Amino acid sequence: MASLLASAPALPLDEAGKYVAGAYVVFLVLVVVYVAIMAAKLQRIERELRELAGFAEQRNEESKRERVTLDV
Amino acid sequence: MYGKGLRNLSFATVAALAVSLSLVFFYAPLDADQGFVQKIFYLHVPLAIVALVGFVIGGVFAILHLRSGEARWDAHSYVSIHISVIFGVAVLITGSIWAKASWGHWWVWDEPTLVSFLIVFLMYATYYPFRYAIEDRERQARYASVFAIVAGAFVPLNFIAVRMAQTLVHPRVFATADGGLPGSMMLTFLASLLAIGLLWATLVRFELTAKSASGQLKRLRRALDAPAPGDASRIAPEVG
Repeated sequence: MASLLASAPALPLDEAGKYVAGAYVVFLVLVVVYVAIMAAKLQRIERELRELAGFAEQRNEESKRERVTLDV
Repeated sequence: MYGKGLRNLSFATVAALAVSLSLVFFYAPLDADQGFVQKIFYLHVPLAIVALVGFVIGGVFAILHLRSGEARWDAHSYVSIHISVIFGVAVLITGSIWAKASWGHWWVWDEPTLVSFLIVFLMYATYYPFRYAIEDRERQARYASVFAIVAGAFVPLNFIAVRMAQTLVHPRVFATADGGLPGSMMLTFLASLLAIGLLWATLVRFELTAKSASGQLKRLRRALDAPAPGDASRIAPEVG
């Protein structure tokens, strides 16, 4: 990697360089913001799924208890 | 279902982006006229092409929705347009940065290419309030599909009209009389186009997977007769 960078031509990061860097950074920021929003949505889905699993288990326990009471 | 192959697609996208960036900065020669600023071209133009094609694809999905009545095609259309609008934002910003570096102005109002893209972008920006103004889900999907088809048909017409315009301040690099890009620049451009296209496809797939998961969760909630969470009111289409 170091030899690759050493053999690469020097980037002219003068006046033009800041515009090029700006354009690529804007693109990167947009993608990262989008991925962050999607990650938040996936976290919400995961949380809801956990709540739902808890609800289903609780209901299952209640129905088992009811069945035991009826048997007695 | 939509998550299948998403990991491979993501890896392919990251690899393609890495290759294209390497080609842009270490392989493609400096442009004799514009110099280093021309490197923005390898990001700006593929983004614009993919965004416009994405709008048309959104229209094609909308046709499939109207023909079949299946909600999943509406979701495909919505997500295609959504990702293309995000790419459109990137096109406008990177284009403005290039214009400032090259022309000394952030925006030129008498340049047809810029203004026509802005018109297309603003047209698609109205897709969201138009869609969310309708409460009934089926009617919302139907009207949004009609919008996507009409707007999708406008995109190529708009492109042709701009190409026919006489004012050509905006650079033309393809199919020009005095030749196009040299081989090394063309290879770099095509690699960038492939990378941005793959990124678009990955983000569309990613969002469809999230919508599918959200839709399945709601189905499960209904089946279990569980109480709805407080923040679950979403108007955007979901895949069941």
